[in-house]
Formats: sequence, structure tokens, C-alpha cells
Amino acid sequence: MELTTVWFILIGVLWAGYFLLEGFDFGVGILLPVLGRDDRSRRLAINTIGPVWDANEVWVLVAGGATFAAFPEWYATLFSGFFLPLLVILMALIVRGLAFEYRGKRDSARWRRGWDLAIFWGSVVPAVLWGVAFANILRGVPLDAQHEYVGGFFNLLNPYALLGGLTTLALFTLHGAVFLALKTDGPMRAEAGRLAERLALVAVPVAAAFLIWTGAANRDGLGIALSVLAALALVAAVPLTRARREGWAFTATGVTIVLAVTALFVTLFPNVMPSTIDETYNLTVNNASSTHYTLTVMTWVAVIFTPIVLIYQGWTYWVFRKRLKLSDIPA
Amino acid sequence: MDALDLSRWQFGITTVYHFIFVPITIGLSALVAGLQTAWVRTGKEEYLRATKFWGKLFLINFAIGVVTGIVQEFQFGMNWSAYSRFVGDIFGAPLAIEGLLAFFLESTFLGLWIFGWDRLPRLVHLAAIWMVSIGTMLSAYFILAANSWMQHPVGFTMGDGRAELTSIGAVLTNSTTLVTFPHTITACFLTAGALMLAVSAWHLRRGNQDEVFRPSLRLGAWVVLIAGLGVLITGDIQARVMTEQQPMKMAAAEALYETTESASFSLFTIGSLDGSEELWSVRVPSLLSFMATGDPAGEVEGINDLQAAYEEKYGAGDYVPYVPVTYWSFRLMIGFGALAMLIAAAALWFTRGDRTPRSRWLWIAAVSTVAMPLLANSFGWIFTEMGRQPWTVFGIFKTAQSGSPAVSTGEAATGLIALTVLYGILAVIEVGLFLKYAALGAPDIPPASDETDKPLAFAY
Repeated sequence: MELTTVWFILIGVLWAGYFLLEGFDFGVGILLPVLGRDDRSRRLAINTIGPVWDANEVWVLVAGGATFAAFPEWYATLFSGFFLPLLVILMALIVRGLAFEYRGKRDSARWRRGWDLAIFWGSVVPAVLWGVAFANILRGVPLDAQHEYVGGFFNLLNPYALLGGLTTLALFTLHGAVFLALKTDGPMRAEAGRLAERLALVAVPVAAAFLIWTGAANRDGLGIALSVLAALALVAAVPLTRARREGWAFTATGVTIVLAVTALFVTLFPNVMPSTIDETYNLTVNNASSTHYTLTVMTWVAVIFTPIVLIYQGWTYWVFRKRLKLSDIPA
Repeated sequence: MDALDLSRWQFGITTVYHFIFVPITIGLSALVAGLQTAWVRTGKEEYLRATKFWGKLFLINFAIGVVTGIVQEFQFGMNWSAYSRFVGDIFGAPLAIEGLLAFFLESTFLGLWIFGWDRLPRLVHLAAIWMVSIGTMLSAYFILAANSWMQHPVGFTMGDGRAELTSIGAVLTNSTTLVTFPHTITACFLTAGALMLAVSAWHLRRGNQDEVFRPSLRLGAWVVLIAGLGVLITGDIQARVMTEQQPMKMAAAEALYETTESASFSLFTIGSLDGSEELWSVRVPSLLSFMATGDPAGEVEGINDLQAAYEEKYGAGDYVPYVPVTYWSFRLMIGFGALAMLIAAAALWFTRGDRTPRSRWLWIAAVSTVAMPLLANSFGWIFTEMGRQPWTVFGIFKTAQSGSPAVSTGEAATGLIALTVLYGILAVIEVGLFLKYAALGAPDIPPASDETDKPLAFAY
């Protein structure tokens, strides 16, 4: 296999990992106002993701760094072209990250309310905008012959992209609800489960609409097949939640996210960013990539260190596998 | 101002801001790990209380260092896309490796450390904070390798309109990296030591928790002195490497316009802004020659000669960095670092044996030490980066070529204003929290409770 293909796959894996992992901690943040009616239950919800959200967020940093190293043209075009949405995402992630660490550091209801809002908006905004960004990548954007984005800001807010944003928002929220049902015991477990069932009523049609639109626009056989599987996994999450098989339900929403990202990358290939101006201006794995030497070096680094990272991150989830309940939270 | 100028301001502001917190976390993580190791080995409660106290201050700083770090990585693509296209084949690799090797390590093991107090065996929990510390240093290494490549590009060839990597080994063992890394890491320890010294002094002055803060004060002071010595030695070596690789930067550091043998070093100068006229200065004979070449009689090239030589080599243009900034940032870097060491030495002297000095000024000086390395670090980076101008990659790519064509002036202004305002607000919050937790003092350790249903330690 060409190294450019290998790196296209690896970057797909990094994004899939990012959405799979940070997807549920975004979801927990989004559900904070709904499920955390008093301070103690909010803290319970936050503590389910406490040990892991930071490491989850690193996936996007590595995805960004890997894109820079393997496909610098893609990195440059994407990040400068999507300047304002990325700026908003960055600011959201900044206040969100600080909120987790700082909200409990002052004994004041106003202080905590402020940071709770930061957690909510800091989770909603990236959950929507990542979807908007990826839908735009898939749809294609105005790129000129120099691979520069010439579209302006409002070009990014087209109906397809907004539906993409809605899809990631719905999926991550559901994923977060299922995660909360999996990681808690007592009233929150039951409540999160019920909420997940209701959220699925929104997530299934929205995601289906987005996947159908994507399939119709691109007519990529493998992409459509993967989308159908993703949709099936999403539907399966509903009875699993109802049966209180939260582990399996979480697996189902996780599989949905991973398959959807895979479908997206499969559909995109061999482009990394198609141009709507002229097909010959498309950014592809070939014209966006680093040299063979750099890709070789990066491949060795990835082959050696990715398994190590996966092992110790997996171990973290094992260490904190216990369900949390209200009585675990110190008053 | 156009988009490029706005992006330059944004990069400067976000980078200096990010680097206020980073050295604290690099130095403090190792010191906290050391204190926790002392506790595990001796079982003394004071060490555990010290670990928890400094650990809390470490976490408050770590959080803001992490979130501002994301901006650092993303703005290369957002504001500097032409630069990213030009160097991505080389510059992206250490950045990606930093993420894979260092960020994952830090963030994962920090989560384990914060939440693992009661869940992990004592030694495994101790190992977690050491992993965090190792992660922060690995991170520093790779990011400095990337920066050093901009200062002194190696291991590459000029390919199709961009720089292409030919040797990753050369990039990772760049002589610039090898001198910059120890200089930066020792400066990080100096920073954390000064913070420890300052906060401990505040408590000792009030007679608070002497059993925790007297040893902490002396530990902090020793760290400042030993690390400071390291900073001096590595800085000296670095100055020579820099003179060899970027002679213009050294000339600009001294505002030395004419090539001079056994050049003196001016501690302080009042003159015209462009340095051409000197009204009054305090000078140390031959010191500049010694710093630049290791020989008091050595020749140091002046700005005028270098400008002529660069024009011949790179074509017409202005190759002189903004001299007042390089001149003063270089002095303030050294001056604030030296001042911190001086106060640390005094602190050790005045607290020897069981002594606790009475002089109010001494305590004020000790508490103010916290700011000095932070200022020295900031001025050090300002000097390093401003002294490289007009280049982003020395000798091959200019700052003027580096910006993002797709980013409008309005967008760049939005980015600059939004981030600056946000960072300003966060600075107030961070300092407030830091002062609050510093003033709280070390926690009492409750007697071991019933093990079965223990509440979470360090929970959010």
C-alpha cells in the first residue's frame, strides 16, 4: 500500500478515535443542564469523564499534528480556510477545559454556575462545528489553483453542512447519555437511560437524513454500505439501552461513530479536500502529502508508539471502570 | 495593520502567554514527583501535605497551559498557512511526535494521578506523576527541536517550492536543540523553584505551617540556585552556538553596529532608538567577546557588516531585527534570572539553622521572586524570536512570506482580539485561584477512614 494511503487511513483512525472518545465527553457536557439538576448530580456527571476527558482531547491534537506532518497542504488549506469556525472551536475547548479543573475550586454557587455554562457551551459548539467542518470537506469547498480557500465564512454555512453539524450534535449527545447510563448507578443511570431512548428518536432520523444525502451526492458504494451499517448500529442502541445493557449500547453508539467517520473518509478518498471550482484543483492524498521519507519516518513512529498509547489509555478505562453513584461524591 | 501584522501580534501574545505557565508545570511536576517520592520512601506526613499543596498549584497552572497549547498547534495552519506549506514536510514531524509521545502520556497519567489516589497501589500512583513529568520534558524536547529547526535549519533539501526532510536524525540532534533544551529545562526548574520559594516565604512570614513551608522554602531556594547555575552554563554555550549560526542576533543583542575585537558588554545604555548614538552606558570590558566566542579578545561582527554580507548572500533587503527589543530583552532575561538567584542565595543564608529573619524587605523580596523567572523566560523567547527576524526559517524563508492568503484582515483581527480578551480574563481567574490556593496552605491529612466506601480523592 502507498504510504500516502496509509497516512490517509491513520488520520481517519485518529478522527474516528477523537469522535468516539471526546464524543461521549462532549455529550456529558451537553447533558449537564438536563441531568445535573443539583450540584451533586452535576459533579457526579462530570466525574464520570473526569479522569479521561483530557486524554480524549489529545486525539484531536495528534490528528492535527499528524495532518501537518503527513499532508501539510491539507493542514494549511483546511486550517486557514476554516479560520473562524476553528477559532470558535478553540475558544470553546479552552473555556471547557478550564471549567472542569476550576469549577470546584471556589465555594460559590455563582462561580460554579458560570463554569457549568462554560462546560455546556464548550461542548455544544465543537460538537456542532466539527460536523459542519467535515460535511464541508466532504461536499467540497471553493479552492483555487494554489489550493487556497476562496469561499469566505458564510459559504461554510450551507444546508448540507448544517445538517452535518446537527448530526454530530445528536450523535454525541446520545453517545454521552449512553455513557452516563453505563458509568453511573442509582437514579442517574435510570434517567440517562430514559433520556437516551428519547434522544435516539432525534438522532436516528437526523443521522439517516445526513447519510442518505451523503450517499446520494457521492454515490460511493463502499461509503453507502458503511453508512447503512452505521445506521443499523445506531438503531440497535435503542433496545440495548432499554434492556439496560449499557455496555452493549455504548458499543453500538461507538460503532456508529467509527463507521460513520470511516464512511466519510472512504467517500472522500483519494481526495482530502475537493474543490468546487474545478476538479483539477482538488487536494488529494498525492498532491497534499509530505515526501516519502517523512512519511516513512512517521510510519515507524506510529507503528512503535500507537500500540503503547492504546495500551495505557485502555488501562485507564479499566482502572476507572467502576460505576459512580451519588454517595461517591464527597459533600 | 494588515493580516500579517495581526497574526504576528497574535502569535507573540499567545506564545508568551502559553509560556508563562509551561515552565511552571515542567518544573513543578518534577518537584511534586520528588516530594511524593520522599513521602512514599519515608512515610512522613509533611511530605504528603507538601505533595498535595504543590500538586494543587501545579494543576491550576497545568490546566491553562494545556488549553492554550491547542491554540499553539492550530495557529500554524490558521494564520501561517504559507509557512506550513513550506516547512510541513519537516516541521510537522516533531509536532506530531510530540503529540503521540508526550501529550498522550501527560494527559492520560495526569488523569490517573488526580483520580487515582485511592484506586492505584501507592507505587503505581507515584509512577503516574513521574510519567507526567517525563511527558512534559519530552514535549519540551520535541517542540524545541521544531523551533530550533527554524533557528538553524538542518537535515533538509530544497524541493519543489518547499523544504524537504532528508534526515530526521539531523533534526532531532540539531546542535541548536541540544543547547536550547537544557537551557530551557533548567530555566523551568528555576521558575518552579522560585515559585516554591516565594509561596513558602509568604507563609513563613506569617508563622503558618512551618513544618511544611520551611523545608519547602529551602528546597525552592536550592532549586533556584542549582538550576540557575545550569541556566548560566547552558546559556553561555548557547550564546556561542548562536553567534556562530545567527551572528546578526548576537550583534542585535548588544546593538553592536561596528565589528569589534574584545567587545565590551553594556549592562545599560541610554541612546537613540536605533542604537547609532549612545549617550550614556555602563560597560563590562571584553565580556561580549567572551560570551560570543569564548575568547575575551575575540572578534564580534557588527550589524553593518552583517547587513552588507546578507545583502550579498540573500539579495537586497533589511536583515536587521528591531534592535531596541533585542537589546533590552536580552538584558532583562539575564537580569531577572540573576536577581532570582541572588534572592535565593540570600534566602538560604538568612534561614540557615533555625533562623527566621525579621526584615520586612527581605520577605517582600522573597515573595516577589516568583515573577522574576517568568519575566526572564518571556524576555528570553521574545529575544530568540525577534532576533531571528526577518526570517521565520533562518536564511531560507521570511516572515513576510509566511502568512495565510486565505485569511482576511478582518478575520485575523477577530482572532487577535478574541484570543487576547479571552486570555486576559483567564489570567485574572487563574491568578485569583492561584493566590487563593497558595494562601490556603497545605491541607491536613485526615486519619485513614473506612476503606470500603471511601469518597473520591481529588474529585472535581
